[in-house]
Amino acid sequence: MSTFRLLSHLMFACFLLYSSLSHAQVEDTDAQQMLTALADSSFAQKKQVVSQIAGSGDERARGWLESFANNKLGRIESSGQFIIVLDNRGRDWTVESALTGKSLGEMSRRDIDTIRANNALRKELESILSVIDLNSPEEQIRLTAARALKGGVDDALAEQLPEWMSNEQSDSVRAALAEALAIYKVEEQGDIAAVATLSGSLNSQARAALQQAMRSDDDALVAAATGAMASIERKLKLNRAAETLYFGLSLGSVLVLAAIGLAITFGVMGVINMAHGELMMLGAYTTWGMQQLLPGQPGLALILSIPAGFLVAALAGIAIERTVIQHLKGRPLETLLATFGVSLILQQLVRTLISPLNRTVITPDWMSGSVMINEALSLTLNRLYVIGFALVVFAGLMLIMRKTRLGLEVRAVTQNRAMARSMGIKATRVDILTFALGSGVAGLAGVALSQITNVGPNLGQSYIIDSFMVVVFGGVGNLWGTLLAGMTLGTLNQLLEPWAGAVLAKILVLVFIILFIQKRPRGLFPQKGRAAEG
Amino acid sequence: MSIKKHVKLGLSALALSISFSSVAAEDPIKVGILHSLSGTMAISESTLKDTMLMLIQKQNDAGGVLGRKLEPVVVDPASNWPLFAEKARELLAKEKVDVIFGNWTSVSRKSVLPVIEELNGLLFYPVQYEGEESSENVFYTGAAPNQQAIPAVDYLMNDIGVERWVLAGTDYVYPRTTNKILETYLKGKGVAAADIMINYTPFGHSNWQAIVSDIKAFGGAGKKTAVVSTINGDANVPFYRELGNQGIDAADIPVVAFSVGEQELSGIDTGPLVGHLAAWNYFMSVESDANYDFIDAWVAYSDNEGAVTNDPMEAHYIGFNMYIEAVKKAGSADVDAVKDAIIGVSVPNLTGGFATMMPNHHITKPVLIGEIQDNGQFSIVWETPSTVAGDAWSDFLPGSKDLISDWRKPLFCGNFNVVSGTCGGQAKVAAE
Repeated sequence: MSTFRLLSHLMFACFLLYSSLSHAQVEDTDAQQMLTALADSSFAQKKQVVSQIAGSGDERARGWLESFANNKLGRIESSGQFIIVLDNRGRDWTVESALTGKSLGEMSRRDIDTIRANNALRKELESILSVIDLNSPEEQIRLTAARALKGGVDDALAEQLPEWMSNEQSDSVRAALAEALAIYKVEEQGDIAAVATLSGSLNSQARAALQQAMRSDDDALVAAATGAMASIERKLKLNRAAETLYFGLSLGSVLVLAAIGLAITFGVMGVINMAHGELMMLGAYTTWGMQQLLPGQPGLALILSIPAGFLVAALAGIAIERTVIQHLKGRPLETLLATFGVSLILQQLVRTLISPLNRTVITPDWMSGSVMINEALSLTLNRLYVIGFALVVFAGLMLIMRKTRLGLEVRAVTQNRAMARSMGIKATRVDILTFALGSGVAGLAGVALSQITNVGPNLGQSYIIDSFMVVVFGGVGNLWGTLLAGMTLGTLNQLLEPWAGAVLAKILVLVFIILFIQKRPRGLFPQKGRAAEG
Repeated sequence: MSIKKHVKLGLSALALSISFSSVAAEDPIKVGILHSLSGTMAISESTLKDTMLMLIQKQNDAGGVLGRKLEPVVVDPASNWPLFAEKARELLAKEKVDVIFGNWTSVSRKSVLPVIEELNGLLFYPVQYEGEESSENVFYTGAAPNQQAIPAVDYLMNDIGVERWVLAGTDYVYPRTTNKILETYLKGKGVAAADIMINYTPFGHSNWQAIVSDIKAFGGAGKKTAVVSTINGDANVPFYRELGNQGIDAADIPVVAFSVGEQELSGIDTGPLVGHLAAWNYFMSVESDANYDFIDAWVAYSDNEGAVTNDPMEAHYIGFNMYIEAVKKAGSADVDAVKDAIIGVSVPNLTGGFATMMPNHHITKPVLIGEIQDNGQFSIVWETPSTVAGDAWSDFLPGSKDLISDWRKPLFCGNFNVVSGTCGGQAKVAAE
């Protein structure tokens, strides 16, 4: 493998030189021959052919190799003509000629033989491509390429690296290259001086190199490596703790989002709504629907589905309130059963009308991937957005309940219905609006959930228990309690999970809640005053 | 309804009363379809119902079998395990079906097993499972562990050089048994206990942050690490999403899955997953004419250009064709005659080879390893040189390594102990 890499890197250096001077192309017969060799050889042999193609100096080589890495290089069965597949979804594929770049239109999958790559080849191709990218004028591309080289440096590259580093303008790229070189030196040569460079590095390849050095026979090297590892371990521990906290907060914010609508309908109005989960499901399906309406713009669709999801779920909530719940006022057991029935109806409705299969909701680019704090700690973006969204929704609800006329009326009706009515408040209207608000917030939760879990008919079921758990634990009727309870349970769960496992962690959290409720039956923040007795 | 059919067939009431046997020959063969159309499993099972309806329609268009039409009887066990048993009883006792195609989860199969045996029915079970079972009345057309899990682990060990293993699964019988088999197998190959991490999660688990981060840390120890995933159903989508978000690259820590097929992938954006693996006996991307024809038929039947095919669908395709061949061979749809006739029957599979029904009621299958591509399909990177026969009793579990199954006379036993020379609990004297 390393001899192959050496060859390929050297050849690529030549290739870069050539391509910067002129746009070279090999003869079509040679190109045909190389691609045929690529198509007909085994995975082990393909590595040789790849280096041959990379070293050919042909300007089309990069395109061939890139499509090869993506399994998009193919050959027409009948004519033997090589093609690049532009779109390989469905039964008919859009293709163009690999040699001339001329479009060949659509072609049946039956007539195409794909030239297959595997993980090992893809990895090789990646390191070849990152060597090219080191010459990019853009610093960010160079930095990514330099980071990708860590653990991928070989003899030939190691000789060139010092020169590259001296030409490099950016400090961070130079540091990354120095680390890549140090990893190589520790791994291959047992260089003690290089160990110092790795001390404090959070890169996993650096750790692997140090661990290897710790197993060597050279006592001085072992001591140096052990020292460096100890400093790394300390840093890692801190990072792990920060990561667990982040995981906890993000799970917590999901719980808060799911529960906060319920905190209004159950907590404030006292309605046990088992269809709450299905209202979230409606919100998630609204996101899917929006993305179907606006193909190619998943980000815009997601933003639009925030108001749309709220509206859809709120309208569904009003329908449920008018048809079922208002007739069962003050009969919690019947309400529970009836809304459970509603939840089953909604689930089966989605199954029959849309599909029993899960729907694909696309994550927009600005929400996928992660923000790298350092090499051991990166925060996943979609979760970060959900945390922010949960806080915004919470703040919004707080505002409505504290600062608006509706909030005032809701609180008045909750505290003393008869008195509120005699003061001229239309209690029925308040009921409808409150339920619509709670349902709408459930819809918002659904929009957020569509980014982190499956959008399918069962989406609601998996969150309904958790939602009730959070509301009861936080104290019925208290929004702050819901926030604190969600975050606490989320963090607790993530603290337990690494050593107890997911199944046991869930059980332990439940046991904790049961014990807690024994001590404080009204939750974290019990309602005080006359309303509590009502 | 069947009366109407008789009228349509133009048989007079007189003929009916005179000669019962001649009417029986013109009766349709009733095919029971026992797949959930509602509830959690509808996501996987409803497509299998449609597959069966398509196969039956095609067979009827070709004239049926032995001059008799096939008549599907569809019931909905609603993802409810005890209801599976009730519906199976309804199919056999009330509808008097000749054969049943159905079930997905192992627990539902275990639930119908006593009913099928008591009423002497026939069941074709199309999904990969944990093995450790062989019933006189059940034909297992999905993969046993030696047709999926063991070859996949061999591939990772020999071709990729994996030394550290994460066995991650959903917490129920199939992952637990498969992981037990794999653990014994890996330890037998000299893998240290410290290099194996086992993790179970509940059904529908959606918060994978801590576990994926654990896997990342476990794989950062300097040895090549792979994840063997028996995570089932819905939970896979958030799992893979988290893998992508935390930047676990298939080239560093590949995940090989036994329950993730084209259908599951159709629910996610596969861009970040390129290169992760799955082991099956069939992929939609198989380049064979039989497969292309099947896909064309399926797209036409489901009237959806984006419809995907998957491994359990191929299993039903094989099972259905085997049943038809066996009925032809036996000359009747009589359960006992078909049971005897079907052993040794060979039909084409969709990967360009043949599947044969073995005496232990399992079939021969090729094992394929595919890498996920960005179009939601798999690119096949490895396959066994020939087909592998399913082994009902794993050689890697202490309780079952001495057991064999052979439903031919004179042995006629599903769990024959070759050491003690006795047949275990399922022994039955062959009816003479």
